[in-house]
Amino acid sequence: MSAHIASTRLYIFVFLALLVGTGLTYAAALVDFGYANNIVMLTIALTKAGLVILFFMGVRWSTKLTWLVALSGFFFLLIMFGITMSDYLSRGWMPGSLR
Amino acid sequence: MPNGHSHAEHYPGPLHNPPVKGAAAGVPHHAGHEHHPKLQHHFDSMDQQLEASYLGMWVFLVTEIMFFGGLFMAYLMYRWANPSAFQEASAHLNKAWGAVNTVVLIVSSLTMAMAVRSAQTGAKAKTQVAWLVATMIFGTAFLGVKYVEYSDKFTHHLVPGPHFQWTGQYPAGAEIFYSLYFMMTGLHAVHMIIGLGIMTVIAVMAWRGKFDADYYTPVEVSGLYWHFVDIVWIFLFPLLYLIGAHYGAGH
Repeated sequence: MSAHIASTRLYIFVFLALLVGTGLTYAAALVDFGYANNIVMLTIALTKAGLVILFFMGVRWSTKLTWLVALSGFFFLLIMFGITMSDYLSRGWMPGSLR
Repeated sequence: MPNGHSHAEHYPGPLHNPPVKGAAAGVPHHAGHEHHPKLQHHFDSMDQQLEASYLGMWVFLVTEIMFFGGLFMAYLMYRWANPSAFQEASAHLNKAWGAVNTVVLIVSSLTMAMAVRSAQTGAKAKTQVAWLVATMIFGTAFLGVKYVEYSDKFTHHLVPGPHFQWTGQYPAGAEIFYSLYFMMTGLHAVHMIIGLGIMTVIAVMAWRGKFDADYYTPVEVSGLYWHFVDIVWIFLFPLLYLIGAHYGAGH
């Protein structure tokens, strides 16, 4: 990232992709996919976040150490979601357990 | 630090012992070559110095991910427990305002990226300030829309607490949804206000000509913060505003 200067054209392209993503997520929310609506909206949101992180924040051109630190944030987030929900979702699976 | 090793006496990195050379031991580190005035003595090069700040900011942003992550965790758990109530409550939010604010923040991220780029390319101070001020204008516009939305919620008794009123099927679940709505968008708005404060400082520094193609670390690092706040909103918009469009359709 330090030595790399991205072109204005690339920034405009990323910007337009983010606008398209916003339009898509809005349009998709108006269509009834049932539970899949959540998958569609989160896929678009993760793609948009990835574009911002890689290009606007310049992680695309940064060291492996930065990649590791940036990814660790999302990794620990998944651990928190995963372990917490494994508790809530599994309550009541066994007789006499909570709920 | 891809190119920090042009001088043999330079400290090669944290995994090695610094070389001790008899002849060079008494010679000041700076002898023989010029440094950028902004280069701190404990860094080898401007690149290494920027890299350290960039990485340090990312470590801070990881703590921010977990800070907001706690609220997203609460959202996930309560939505799992009250799926219909969350849909019913979300249907009352104004999707158009949410979409407008999403676009406003994306534009502000573009102007922020351009502000960093203008510093990287050594553009004139006025150009750097113009991009930073544009970023602040869009940030303020975002907060303006948020103000309109919040006043609307107060008028319609949608603020959790003793005056909360809900005529729908799930008053208890809707109150949980609006508690999370105010906590998540509120924490996000606090970050926006802090971001505007940071941008004010950076714009003043840029105006005074502090940044050039060799030294633009403060612009780059505050840009990371600004983009991070944009990313949080990218997730808040669909999760809060867009889950209620089909309430009553059978799921």
